[in-house]
Amino acid sequence: MLNEVLKILEEDARRTPDDIAAMTGLKPEEVSSIIKKAEEDRLIVKYKAIVNWSKLQDEHILALIEVKTSPEKETGFDAIAETIARYPQVNTLYLVSGTYDLAVIAVGKTLQEIASFVTQKLAPLEGVQSTATHFLLKKYKEDGVILEGGEENRRQSVVL
Amino acid sequence: MSGDVLGTDISSFVARRVKDLAPSGIRKFFDLVASTQGVISLSIGEPDFTTPWHIRDSAIQSIKKGYTMYTSNAGMPELKEEIARYLKRSYGLEYDPATQILVTVGVSEALDLAARAIIESEDEVIIPEPCYVAYPAVVNLAGGTPVLVPTDSSTFEPVPEIIEENVTSRTKAILIGSPANPTGAVISRRVLEEIADISIAHNLIVLSDEIYARLIYGAEHVPIASLPGMKERTVLLGGFSKAYAMTGWRIGYAAGNRNIISAMTKIHQYTIMCAPTMGQVGAIEALREADGDVSSMVEDYNRRRLFIVNGLREVGLSCPEPRGAFYVFPSIRETGLTSDEFAEKLLTAEKVAVVPGVAFGQSGEGHVRCCYATSLEDIKEALTRIDRFIHQQG
Ligand SMILES: Cc1ncc(COP(=O)(O)O)c(C=O)c1O
Repeated sequence: MLNEVLKILEEDARRTPDDIAAMTGLKPEEVSSIIKKAEEDRLIVKYKAIVNWSKLQDEHILALIEVKTSPEKETGFDAIAETIARYPQVNTLYLVSGTYDLAVIAVGKTLQEIASFVTQKLAPLEGVQSTATHFLLKKYKEDGVILEGGEENRRQSVVL
Repeated sequence: MSGDVLGTDISSFVARRVKDLAPSGIRKFFDLVASTQGVISLSIGEPDFTTPWHIRDSAIQSIKKGYTMYTSNAGMPELKEEIARYLKRSYGLEYDPATQILVTVGVSEALDLAARAIIESEDEVIIPEPCYVAYPAVVNLAGGTPVLVPTDSSTFEPVPEIIEENVTSRTKAILIGSPANPTGAVISRRVLEEIADISIAHNLIVLSDEIYARLIYGAEHVPIASLPGMKERTVLLGGFSKAYAMTGWRIGYAAGNRNIISAMTKIHQYTIMCAPTMGQVGAIEALREADGDVSSMVEDYNRRRLFIVNGLREVGLSCPEPRGAFYVFPSIRETGLTSDEFAEKLLTAEKVAVVPGVAFGQSGEGHVRCCYATSLEDIKEALTRIDRFIHQQG
């Protein structure tokens, strides 16, 4: 049942314990305590909204930065990754396989802000060999949601 | 009258058996729904999902590659093989794809073909109701007589004793659907065994509509063909519309004894030629790659099913738990209204569309069909409105 509750919340974090109870056959109190425990265990890390910023003027600038590093003997990629993760400009950070090591998604108010983060903070870090910065031009899909031109309901009336 | 040209009433040309066909109760109701603004509809019996993308893509690719011609009359050999494989792996049923499977334009066509293939004029077909609106119609159109018998009033399962009481020397077949539209009832193995015994004892065919077989929640789907002695006398009808959200693709199939399948194929080749090619390509992809999609849609339907059953009970409508399809069939007797009145008043007062149970046969009276293949938000809002409506009646 834990999985079921998590799946429902992952789809829509605003579902109330009462609704989830009705959707699962659990009691509302049981749902609340499952959620509480999941929050404590950091199974549920955070609740947030997917915002389509491009509809507003004050859009954020996003960049995908490929980072090549020289891993350390003891800690591998963890030490450098933990350092990079602490910068507020870093929204998302993954260790990846392939031609580079760390994939950073950085957010800023202006292009300038991201540029100076890369040149003044990220690139000079000990252990960072090189960076390649790709600015995001347009978002089509985020977290499983197609942002524009999704499919409406096209059902017509039919005898069945 | 505009129908009056050439000095005759043109409507007199319409064949008697078509004239006598009852207009579908749902049709009448849908016209009303269509002319009302801002309606929340629990009346459309169709998935609210679009077809999984990879299925759509397979059909798009096939069009690009030039699959634009007819297929073999009975369907693409690869599709028939996939259907045979599916029936084997799911239920242990073995059919020869070359001679025992026919691909049709939905289960709709398969029902019509099965009826036309076996019915002689005045043959009777026993149909437990409430049932899908097409069942009696296809029997009538084939020149037969539907013998409508009530299902159990609390579980909506067919009642074997009542079926047996209605067998006459003219009975040719029993037509059942499980999971059922409009009730969501799943016929248990025990009841199916008794229906099987009756059909063997009286030498009847069983037409078994299993279009909702994969939409099942904590119950077992038993194809009656899998019971001892039943494979040869059962025509199993299956489809893609519901489980794979492929209603517009128009693909279904029939599996059964080679003589019946070959008779159905004969009618099919003269009247249809073959099922749509692009649809067949999509159906192949569905059987090969869509099990994951089906399970996640079933999970999603199940949440809404529990939600709506709970909600209907909370507003005071009693409602047996449906174990299949995407319908609930609550009783509205408490309100003192007929199902027609209830549906019409609910629509005008609260703009919620449900289908009057009587549209599915006399024993559907006292109930309405709610389809929960719609968003949880709409279900929730509909329940609030139904609650208000019921309290205003009291
Ligand atoms: C019980 C039942 N059988 C058959 C059909 C027809 O399905 P198809 O789209 O395969 O023609 C429906 C559609 O609503 C149905 O509910």
